[in-house]
Amino acid sequence: MASIKKPIVAHPSARANKLGLTMRDYEGSMSTLCAGCGHDSVTAGIVRAFYELETPPHMIAKLSGIGCSSKTPTYFVSGAHGFNSAHGRMPSIATGANAANRSLTYIGISGDGDSLSIGIGQLAHAIRRNLNMLYVLENNGVYGLTKGQFSASADVGTKSKRGDANKQSPIDPVMLGLSLGATFVARGFSGDKAQLVPLLKAGLAHRGFALIDVISPCVTFNDHEGSTKSYVYTRKHLMQMVGTDFVPRAEEITTSYDPGTTTAVKLHDGSTVRLSKVAPDYDPSDRQAVHAYLQRIQGKGEVPTGLLYLDPRSSDMHDMSGTVESPLSRLPFEALCPGSAKLDAIQEAFR
Amino acid sequence: MHQQRVVKVNDFALKLANVNGTGSASANSLLMQAIFRMGIPVSGKNLFPSNIQGLPTWYEVRVNHAGHVARALDYDLVVAMNAETYARDVKEVRSGGYLLYDSTWPLDASLMREDVQFLGVPLAQMCNDIFGESRERILMKNIAYLGALMALLDIDTAIVDQMLEEKFGKKKALMDSNHRALSCGYDYARDHLDCPLPIRLEKMNATSDSILIDGNTATALGCVYAGATVAAWYPITPSTSVMDAFKQFCEKFRKDPETKKNNYCIVQAEDELSAIGMVIGANWNGARAFTSTSGPGVSLMSELIGLAYYAEIPVVLVDVQRTGPSTGMPTRTQQGDILACAYASHGDTKHILLFPANPGECFSLVVEAFDLAERFQTPVFMLTDLDIGMNDWVCPRLKWDDSYRPDRGRVMDAAELEAAGKFFRYSPENADHVAARTLPGTSSKGAFFTRGSGHNKLGGYTEIPDEYQEVMDRLLKKHAAAKKAVPAAIVQTQPGARIGLVSVGGCDPAVREAVDVLAAAGTKVDYLRVRAFPFGADVEAFLANHDRVYVIEQNRDAQLKTLLLVETAVAKEKLRSVLVYGGFPLSSRHVVDSVTRQEQQEKVTG
Repeated sequence: MASIKKPIVAHPSARANKLGLTMRDYEGSMSTLCAGCGHDSVTAGIVRAFYELETPPHMIAKLSGIGCSSKTPTYFVSGAHGFNSAHGRMPSIATGANAANRSLTYIGISGDGDSLSIGIGQLAHAIRRNLNMLYVLENNGVYGLTKGQFSASADVGTKSKRGDANKQSPIDPVMLGLSLGATFVARGFSGDKAQLVPLLKAGLAHRGFALIDVISPCVTFNDHEGSTKSYVYTRKHLMQMVGTDFVPRAEEITTSYDPGTTTAVKLHDGSTVRLSKVAPDYDPSDRQAVHAYLQRIQGKGEVPTGLLYLDPRSSDMHDMSGTVESPLSRLPFEALCPGSAKLDAIQEAFR
Repeated sequence: MHQQRVVKVNDFALKLANVNGTGSASANSLLMQAIFRMGIPVSGKNLFPSNIQGLPTWYEVRVNHAGHVARALDYDLVVAMNAETYARDVKEVRSGGYLLYDSTWPLDASLMREDVQFLGVPLAQMCNDIFGESRERILMKNIAYLGALMALLDIDTAIVDQMLEEKFGKKKALMDSNHRALSCGYDYARDHLDCPLPIRLEKMNATSDSILIDGNTATALGCVYAGATVAAWYPITPSTSVMDAFKQFCEKFRKDPETKKNNYCIVQAEDELSAIGMVIGANWNGARAFTSTSGPGVSLMSELIGLAYYAEIPVVLVDVQRTGPSTGMPTRTQQGDILACAYASHGDTKHILLFPANPGECFSLVVEAFDLAERFQTPVFMLTDLDIGMNDWVCPRLKWDDSYRPDRGRVMDAAELEAAGKFFRYSPENADHVAARTLPGTSSKGAFFTRGSGHNKLGGYTEIPDEYQEVMDRLLKKHAAAKKAVPAAIVQTQPGARIGLVSVGGCDPAVREAVDVLAAAGTKVDYLRVRAFPFGADVEAFLANHDRVYVIEQNRDAQLKTLLLVETAVAKEKLRSVLVYGGFPLSSRHVVDSVTRQEQQEKVTG
């Protein structure tokens, strides 16, 4: 669709948010992905999430690695600085960027190849550091840009377009995140924007590493019969564990809810996520229980979704490092250089 | 046995042979520090194994009143504390020299040499008599031989007392043990041996304006003074102490006075791939950030170095070189990463390299590295080596100019973006062929997409040959423009010299001594020490103005010479090599012997 330019004039019905920005202001350039690609739906969800959160575009940093998914930061928030880095290396670039300026909102877009094969080490350690960012893993079980090889998230028995069955056991980003101590673990589906947008907003508001595994079918190489990452298969096996509703800080919670089935969790920035238990015996605050529960139902081929685990009070990388609140990149040189008198003094220890 | 012994005051070399993990390092550095405090030029080279306990380790001390303290290959006195290496250590004593050994056990008669005087001190026996605990007995044996050396070499006892006071002042028991060990060695030597020996020390006043510092500590201090706030690294010998020292200095100097929080963030990465990624991310976001590593780390970082080069992101990378290839010899020194760094990464890449020769330059050049990286928006490598990085060197006191302000290069703020109207990342360029960048968080008007994929001069994605080449050609011009900005070479000339020596980094003390030795033998040579790549006009002129140029470096493949051949106009026939790459620091004798031999051949064949 790259040949189509977006019209500059916004539709008159486009409503501005409190910053005076419309949805169009959170869009980017036209997608060059295949028509019907799940990633484009995720992009649309991200546009809506930022618009609704009213994040100033220049305070967003969007980063990615390499692959179809990693192309997508071009397609949202053109007013934000972007960084399309190298294959599997986005987490380290994001770590450094965040170390330098903790006041920005970081969103990283990656795929199953980028995150679970070449970049699994960097993903694992970004989780361990609880880097404050939203990490969206657009998961289609296949390498698209190189035309259809299985990725590490491909299920055993799932068939490639040519008909070969995958024999290696998959790496599941949700289970990986849970076992490494991720503080926000969710799964969404590109075909369910109503569920995805609140997940994205909660992930952006969460202080710490928010991992969202988004099943995002590849229409060209992995949407056929026999694939466990197709639209049809995913729709059939979706199982929402937890309903997520995001309430920003400024808004009052007006709708009533049943405290027996719904929990309101305050996030660090003052916003609230309301988690409604669709599966009555599911507790998204108990890591061990979540792990066991998901293992059980995923073993049956189901695709559990929702905000699956949340620890809203965790320490992020800067908390653990004891960094000052103001961005390190903005500290005046005078606050950084000890000066000649101190240099003279310290050298007495080198005599 | 009693030959005439040559009196050598403040001009001799010692070698101390120990077993690693027995506490000898502490005694040996006290010895060097005492000589330094006596005002005498001195060096200490720790030749240690890649091991924690049990393998042979040596420490060499060279004392020279004229200031020539490169590694000596002749030892006037060897302290042989390692039975495993006795045979080797005895052989290394120069004829007419001395060997100090632990006479608790008899020395194998086959190890005796007629031309060496054996000085027996019953160190183990004395320490066993004084100390009850086994670990203390082992540790204090080192302090006991230091005591014996104090008597034999005439080391000022007041200075050593003062050093112990500073070191153990508050730990009474330790202080007491050290004193007792020191005294037993000292008293035994005084009572049983001819003290002082003809090789001995006399106070001078040559070090009062100097400090004793290793290059890694100096590098770390430079990073603090340059205003680095983010550091990312992966532990690797011999660079680890850069980050250890950076952390210590930050804890001292970088606490916010009110909140007591850190004005810095140090991240220990999971590997070097990640460490360099973090440095790139932090610099992209406007912090001064650096990493320290060694050769194996550079290999891993090469992928993202190319990204930083192509996307034009400042990076400061300190490579404390060790012996390669592969794991090589991690605790031995070399200059084997010159070419790997100059052209690090796939595709056409070319980087700025800085080569300090001593800890003093580590401090000043790393500050320049940050300025150059931001001015030219590109990775800058500072290449030191294990010898510079981990050994204590006597250096002039470090100086800091309080008027220094960082050169942050071309960075547009919100007001400038507003005034400019339109912003494109890679256009327009200035005289250095550098375009302005903007930092995330500044303004939507300056937003751009950083990419390692093909891009045109406006920053947009491209696969069009002309657009791609235009950017690549500018990068080449940018690299060439850095010639005028990098630190100049250091040149030392003699009237009428037609032969040139070119060297780099830690070779410097040996080469400077070699220049004097060659001159004394009638061979006049000029000397240029390269301090940066790209090479400036000074390097070109030096190569052009000499008939023959010997390039002295510590690697097998003549990497500096190769770089000079590729990157300057010098004729291939002009350049010769002096290569020493076994892993120990260079000695002037290596240089003198090689140059002399090659010059003789020149006379025969030329």
